[in-house]
Amino acid sequence: MNFYFVKSELERGSLLLLFLLGTLAVVGNISPAHAEYGDLVLNQHAEKEGMPPVIFPHWFHRIRFRCKVCHADLGFKFKAGGSGINMLKIIDGQYCGACHNGEIAWSVENCDLCHTGKDGLKTQVDGSTLSKLVVPVKDKNKKPR
Amino acid sequence: MKSLFRKYLCHKLSVVALTSIFIVSMQMSFAGDPNSFNRLMKKKAERNLPPARDGIHDPEAEGTNTLQPPKEAFSNLVKSKSGNYVDWVKSLREGKIHPRYDRLDPKAKPIIMDLNIVREVKGSMPDVVFPHAQHTEWLDCSNCHPAIFIPRKGANQISMASILLGRKCGVCHGKVAFPITAKTCRICHSKPKLTKVRNKKHVGK
Repeated sequence: MNFYFVKSELERGSLLLLFLLGTLAVVGNISPAHAEYGDLVLNQHAEKEGMPPVIFPHWFHRIRFRCKVCHADLGFKFKAGGSGINMLKIIDGQYCGACHNGEIAWSVENCDLCHTGKDGLKTQVDGSTLSKLVVPVKDKNKKPR
Repeated sequence: MKSLFRKYLCHKLSVVALTSIFIVSMQMSFAGDPNSFNRLMKKKAERNLPPARDGIHDPEAEGTNTLQPPKEAFSNLVKSKSGNYVDWVKSLREGKIHPRYDRLDPKAKPIIMDLNIVREVKGSMPDVVFPHAQHTEWLDCSNCHPAIFIPRKGANQISMASILLGRKCGVCHGKVAFPITAKTCRICHSKPKLTKVRNKKHVGK
């Protein structure tokens, strides 16, 4: 079979246009992406230092540890970015470094397993009730990500 | 020669027409009836998306595709209707997950306090029952007391507004623990009021 019916420029153009319209209609119907509930974005130092932001998945950790282990024993505050964590503290065995030391969990050499965030994300609990309800005043002029 | 050309043209046109009718009808079916039921409701979002498609992980980053997709981890857990769509308390109680209570010792047992606190609610909603048991299975006393809740009866003023703004219960609920949605009100507001709610007269000025 030879595709003689798309030989003329006009036809090819109209077919392409129709195809694009159809595709748009399909794409427009796909539901928006949203992160897993409880995922934290941590970007206080990362991007300034030339690394992508950190994404912390609560769900993965609570399958393995109760809240108490990190939030009482290791000193993590109940606030995204509120514990003042940096790589030095982690390497010294504090915070994430208490487990991410190659003994309980994989060690800090695996930079790209934590630093997986998209550029420009701000420190927050992604999709929290608060972030859905309140828009910080200073960020009103900023383009939403 | 002329008839052959006409035949050829007819065929071409019919193919184009059929294709366009097909695509337009496809589009119509996707766009849907403008007066359909609940047309303003958002499309149901897909649940537990893999990291590469969740909107915050960089799909190009090498690590992103190494990470476990949540759906895989949740496959054996007890389901719920909000948050991670996992009932974490039931999953723990039914032994589907074995989260450690100590960083190093997998056998450490939590100190569970079984005490329900009933909080009378001003409005028409059922009273709130706060179960210490479910909370102490996960947390330590020091996580909440005394910074978030003063451990004394009547010492804590709590409102739904402050919870939604991330204070009191909202420190966890709405971020990590089950969120405040229309489907979850009655998890806390679970004790029917003993007396009928009287219509309180509003004192006008």
